This record gives sequence, structure tokens and C-alpha cells, in this order.
Amino acid sequence: MAMSDAAFTRERLPGAAAVHFRPVTIERRRVRVGLIVVSLVFLAVFLLLPVVAVFVEALRGGPKAFMDAIFEPDAAAAIRLTLLVAAIAVPCNLVFGLAASWAIAKFDFRGKSLLNTLIDLPFSVSPVISGLIYILMFGSHSLLGPILKSYGIQVIFAVPGIVLATIFVTFPFVARELIPLMEEQGQGDEEAALSLGASGWQVFFRVTLPNVKWALLYGVLLCNARAMGEFGAVSVVSGHIRGLTNTMPLHVEILYNEYNFAAAFAVASLLALLALFTLIVKSVLEWRYADEIAATRRH
Amino acid sequence: MARTNPSMARHIRRLLAALALGLATAIPPAFADVTLLNVSYDPTRELYKAYNEAFAAHWKAETGEAVTIQQSHGGSGKQARSVIDGIEADVVTLALQADIDAIVKESGKIAPDWRSKLPHNASPYTSTIVFLVRKGNPKGIKDWGDLVKDGVEVITPNPKTSGGARWNYLAAWAYANKAFGNDEAKIKEFVGNLYKHVPVLDTGARGSTTTFAQRGIGDVLLAWENEAFLAQEELGADKFDIVVPPLSILAEPPVAVVDANVDAKGTRKQAEAYLKYLYSKEGQQIAAKNFYRPTEPELVDAADLARFPKIELVTIDDPQFGGWAKVQPEHFGDGGIFDQIYKPTN
Amino acid sequence: MAALHIASIKRPSVIPGFGLALGVTLSYLGLIVLIPLAGLFWRSAQGGPAEFIRIATDARTLAALRLSFGTAFIAAAINAVFGMILAWILVRYDFPGRRIIDAIVDLPFALPTAVAGIALTALYAPNGWIGSLFEPFGIRIAYSATGIVIALVFIGLPFVVRSVQPVLEDFDREVEEVSATLGATRAQTVRRVVMPTLMPALLTGFALAFARAVGEYGSVIFIAGNSPYRTEIAPLLIVIKLEEFSYSGATTIAVLMLIASFLILLAINLVQSWSRRRYGDV
Repeated sequence: MAMSDAAFTRERLPGAAAVHFRPVTIERRRVRVGLIVVSLVFLAVFLLLPVVAVFVEALRGGPKAFMDAIFEPDAAAAIRLTLLVAAIAVPCNLVFGLAASWAIAKFDFRGKSLLNTLIDLPFSVSPVISGLIYILMFGSHSLLGPILKSYGIQVIFAVPGIVLATIFVTFPFVARELIPLMEEQGQGDEEAALSLGASGWQVFFRVTLPNVKWALLYGVLLCNARAMGEFGAVSVVSGHIRGLTNTMPLHVEILYNEYNFAAAFAVASLLALLALFTLIVKSVLEWRYADEIAATRRH
Repeated sequence: MARTNPSMARHIRRLLAALALGLATAIPPAFADVTLLNVSYDPTRELYKAYNEAFAAHWKAETGEAVTIQQSHGGSGKQARSVIDGIEADVVTLALQADIDAIVKESGKIAPDWRSKLPHNASPYTSTIVFLVRKGNPKGIKDWGDLVKDGVEVITPNPKTSGGARWNYLAAWAYANKAFGNDEAKIKEFVGNLYKHVPVLDTGARGSTTTFAQRGIGDVLLAWENEAFLAQEELGADKFDIVVPPLSILAEPPVAVVDANVDAKGTRKQAEAYLKYLYSKEGQQIAAKNFYRPTEPELVDAADLARFPKIELVTIDDPQFGGWAKVQPEHFGDGGIFDQIYKPTN
Repeated sequence: MAALHIASIKRPSVIPGFGLALGVTLSYLGLIVLIPLAGLFWRSAQGGPAEFIRIATDARTLAALRLSFGTAFIAAAINAVFGMILAWILVRYDFPGRRIIDAIVDLPFALPTAVAGIALTALYAPNGWIGSLFEPFGIRIAYSATGIVIALVFIGLPFVVRSVQPVLEDFDREVEEVSATLGATRAQTVRRVVMPTLMPALLTGFALAFARAVGEYGSVIFIAGNSPYRTEIAPLLIVIKLEEFSYSGATTIAVLMLIASFLILLAINLVQSWSRRRYGDV
């Protein structure tokens, strides 16, 4: 009994196996097994089953129908557009995330907590509103829209609008990962490097960046996954022009509306694969570099 | 400082290149000599897929110019909103006149006399509203009155967002008008009662069809005639029956050139030809093959016409409605009759 | 000198780059977030206060807001309970597949919401894998408020787990031992000693899940019935108002939701700074 109790806990407490007591900081075995089972069932029903359903539905028509759906020209165009949008939105938010976390974590200034809240704001703004604000800014009835149009620049119902909406929705991802970590690490390393004669950029690239590289990578991965998968905001500004302004999630909806369920789920499964890939990369990095990550946190 | 940051400079360069690429792709790529954008409503996907190919071939043969037609589909109101907000549509092919009138009114991008520019009030094809029921019609639905029987669930989209749903609503109104002899209180009660039987109010006609056919919700789907035929064809004739009520409405989906956009892009000639060709023999035949009732039936093979049953059709210009200009604000406007009769069921 | 000190917004520091970093941050924040949002407020104010109040107090608007906030609250509460349990077993117990479970928790962050919506609808519709189990009892999950809650539980779960997990990892076990030595039962220790420390993190996770759920659109519209007054969420009502060409209606509801989300975020930050004062850094 005591043996199995200890085996269930993450750290074997010294001497726990020898003494016939359950360590006082561990629950009864019944409770533990109960909690684990409840959690697993909850995860299976709410998180795993939907993903399984996507793949089952995608492969229902057989592998050939699956491949046809993905290589069909409109689907290919949607995949290209999605990649392009992410390729612009993610680097923009990366630069912003670095600047914001440098300002917030390394300095003390008035209005800091307000700035912190404002950076989080896009997290809790409904995606629909994120799209709407750009319609109001760049639509035919706005101030800017007609001016830009006279120069031949179309923002909404074109790629720039989709990029803007995507940037808005994924705005806080990188900054959110970096700020707490950099606050925890403090300014000690940077001050030491400066006192040894390093320039500001040298400090940034040789000291700060290596210290936060894992958090930065997580931020970029999550930012990228969300950028590729955004639906609500993009749907409002896209105009749904086939082969031109449809991203992958919008293409899924279109196929779904054409009674082409197998194809809809095929494209959806690509997005689900992207999600799984993101999680696997994140986890593998976490396991492999666990010590290094822990070390940067302890700074 | 400039000495130490080659990688920063590289980063910025890459960023600018990406931005330039983004702007470049904003301008439609030149696949062909001319590109037209047709902004249409939901159920016309198959129709315009076939028609666009036919028109491109026809235009090439006639003028030697290659034309590519891009499509955008969605709820009729949403599509009109996109045009108002600046999508560069050359032509609009929407579900109802009120949506094109909204573009005229809100943006002025279409000249107000658009209905007189093409035959049949600018409707190259018409349709009507029929019932799609489960195989064998287990609830015995024959007419509009059967929809409000106990235990019958009706699937129809939201008239505020879907053009097709507005025709559904008006068809039910036309039935009630006849059944209750112009008694407005009773008509409202009937239509209100009908919407109490609706468990899922999708935003578009396609959403409703999916809810009914794929998700198995409801006993009867109020649908465009062409959608009902298509659903039967795509999703299995063994699963659904079409029930044609004795009376329904004549739905006239209109088309128009977006004047401001074609003049800015220099595509007026092609856009006008594109719409005009809908009235040709080939255009009418494609419409009929896609289950739309051609407005020039003499151009179409009798075999393709045989599938359209004869029903009594009330038009929108009938005195009880008085045309879209009156119906839209009165029934579907903010606080209009639909808002008044749509009461929550619990 | 004293005047100069007050005038400068920043406390002195040897680290360079404050101007550049803050400059980039503020201009980017301004261009992408603040100016467009200000445009929204400006547009909603154009109709005048009477119009704003009329739309804001319209029965249908209120029903949609009630539904959005109500279902988001229920979903966040469910997530608080199960997220707490999940964080607990992930930190405290060792069992086969623990690391995989840990990775799976982030799935809703990574999976596109529209894909989640379609998949959940396929599962919970009356003819779906799970929905068909409930249909014989007359229970309808998809196309009801229950369906909305399920979608919101899906998207909100990681917020709670990821908020609670680090705090629980840093929790000092000795405190629990002391509590046990003083005669507390395990349940008492968890309730009186562990939970109060976790509370701020749990509240933060709850609020984040809640804020995200209130505005969620992609995963909900597929599974909600979208009936006015009953299963029409506020973001959908914004879309519907837009499609009716009612910009004042759309912007009014958007402004109401924005103010609500800003207040929620502010509350989170207050909870965090309060708990930092009370318990030290979390």
C-alpha cells in the first residue's frame, strides 16, 4: 500500500517506502485514482474526441478523396494565403512582443499596468469586433478607405485587411509569454553586460535574447497556430472571394456549405495537424531542454 | 551602433519584403486579360460555376479576350454589405431586389434605374419556395397550414440575414392572407405561430439545409425550389421528398452591374455582356439545368422544364405586399412585423 | 531637480533602449489596437445617446448579452473546477501518459475555432456520436444553450490549467506538512492551506476563460441554434446587425462588450496585484 502510494507521487519522499504511512502531503489512493480518472474522461470527451472526429470524417471518403480535396486549386490557394498571412503577422507581433517586454520588464515607469492591460485587450475582444473595427476604418464609408482607394490600395476584402485582423487577434501572444519571464529574470544580467562595456544591441542579442529564447519560441508557435486558424475576425473582412481572399478556415466553411463534408473535414484536418504539430514541437522542446528552461527561470 | 546590428537590419529587410509581397497580392493577379468579380448569394454556387465556364468560352469565341470570373458567395444581406463597404464587385447576383436597393441607397455604387436595364425586372431566372420533408413524409405535410400542427419542427433561416428566408416568410404570409381573407391579426398570428415551430434559425439558406439534411433536425425544410432539388441530388433522393404546396411565392433573384466599380476598373463592357448572356439560350438552359425557372422558357428544352410543377405563385408586387420598397421596412426593418411576431418560445 | 524628477515618467536606469522599445510598443499598439477601437467608439457615438440607449436596452440585445455572459460564466466555472483538478494531477501525481496529457491541455489554443465548432457539432448533433446517446431521452445538446456551454468549455480550459499550474509547482510542501502535524486532516489542509494560495491564480484563470468565452464566435455559431432570444450570442447579433446595414446597432453592442472585457481584464490585474501584495510574487 505504502509502496504504491509512493509510486504514484511525482517525487519519492525519502523514507516513504519504508514507513507504513501515507505521506501527509498526499491524498488517499482512492482520491488520487478518482481525480485522475475524472480528468482523463473530461479531457477525452471535451478535447480529444472532437479532434478524432475531424480525422474520422476527413478520411471517410478514402485517401483519394482526401488528397483531391487538398490539391484542388481553391484549397491550394487558401493554403498559400494562410501561409502568407501568418508569414507577415507573426514577425510583426514578434518585433512588437520583444519591444513591449523590453520596455515593461526592464524599466519602471508610470502607466505600466495600464499598458499591460492594453496589451492583453485583444485577447478578450470578440473576434467579430476585431474584424468590424477595420471595416469601420477602411470601408467605403470611412475616412481612410476612399483616400487609399484613390491610390489603388484596397485594404478590406483583400490581403492587407486579412493580415491586419490576424495581427490584431494574435497581438498579445508573444508579449504575454515574454513579459512574466523577463520580469522574473530582472535586470541583473543586462546591467552586468553593460558594465563590461557591451553596447545596447549587443546586450539585447547576446544576453537577453538567449535568456528568453524558449519562451519566445512558445509565443511564436502559439501565435502562428492562432494566426493560421483565425476564423471570426477574418470572416468579417475577407469578402470570401474564391481562390483569392479565402483562408483555410474560411475555405472549410465554404466546403461545408457546399455539402462537401468530406472535403471540408479534409482541409480542417490539415489545420488540426498543424495544431498537433505545434503541441508536439512545444512538448519535445520542453522535455529536451527542461533543465535549460528551468535555469533561465531561476535567474 | 550601426556596426553591431547586421541581423537587425536583415530582420527589417525581411519584414519589408513580406509587407511588399502582401501589398502586391492585394491587387488581383493577372491570370487572364480581364477579371470579373461576381458577388452572389448562397445557393447559386453550382449555377455560376457552370455559367462562368460557358460565358468565358462564349466571350473568347466572340472577342478573342480571355475573361476570368471570380466568385464570392454568402448570405444575400452580407454580400450586399460587402459591396457597400467596398468589395470590388463588377456584378451582383443577389437573392432579392431589396438587397440591391440597399446598395443603391447606402453607397450609390449602382444607378437607381438598374431594374429597367435588363429584361424581366433584371431577373434572368426565378424560383419559388417548396417543402423538403423526410422520405415518405411521415408528418403528412401537404400545405402551409400543416406546418403549425403540434409536434412539427420547421427549419428556415433568419429573414433578417437570409434572402431566401424572406421569401419563405412572404410565402407563408401569402398563404395566410388567402386562408384568412386579409385579416391582418390572424395572418400575424399564423406566421408568428409558424416561427414558434422553428428550433434552429440559421443565418443563411445553406446553413438551414445542412441543419435539416446533415444534422437530422426538423420535419420540414422551407427551401428554394432549386435548393430542394439540389439537396435531393447531392444528399440522396432516398432520404428526402419534395412537397410542393398549392400556393407559394414567385421569387425573383435580380442581377445588376455595379456601375461605380466597373467604371473604375474599365470592365463595363464585359460585365454587361456577362449579365446579358444569362438571358441567352445557353444561359437559360444552364439556369434550368440548375433547377432555376428560366424567364425565357421558350429557349429551353421541354424536358428541362417538365421538372417545374405548376403552382399558384403570388408576386411581390401583389397588393398585399406592394413591392420590396414597402415590404422591406414594413416586415423586416428594425422593429418591423417580423420583430413583433418573433417571440421567444419560453 | 525635484520638478524634473516628477516630470519624467520613468525611474532612472542604466539599461538603454527605453525610448525605442516604448516608442515601438506604443506606436504599434496605437496603430493596430487603439486607433481602430477608438474608431468604433466614435462610430457608436454618432447616433447620439438616445439611439445608443435604445439599442443597448432592446430586449433582443439584452437577451443576447445575457446568453453570452451567462454561458461564458457557466463554462468558466466548469473549467475552474476541472482545470483545477487537471492542474493538481499534472503537478502532484505521476501516472502513465502524464506528459501527453500536459501537452493535450494546450490543444484548444492551437486548434482553429471553426474546426472545433464543426467537430463539436458533428459530435453533439442528435445524429452525432454523443448527441445520439442523449436524443432518446429528449435531451438536445447541439442547438441549445448546452451546446454553447460545451464549445466554450473547450476553448477556455487551458486558461485555468495554465494559470494554476505554475503556482502549484512553486507551492511549498512544508506548509502542508506543518498543517498535518498540527492535526489537520488532508481535506482540511487542502481546503484551508492550499486553496487560499491558489485562489488568485484560479480567479485569474477563471476570468481569462470567461473573457475569452464571452467574445467567442467561430466555434459557437456552428453548434448554437442561433434563434433570437434563445440561442443567439452577442457576437452573432453584431454580425446580424451588420448584415442589416445597421452600423449603429453593431457598434453599440460591440462597445458594450468591449467595456465589459476591459473591466474583466482590469479586475484580473487588480486580483494579481492584490495577491502579490498579500502572498508575495506568484
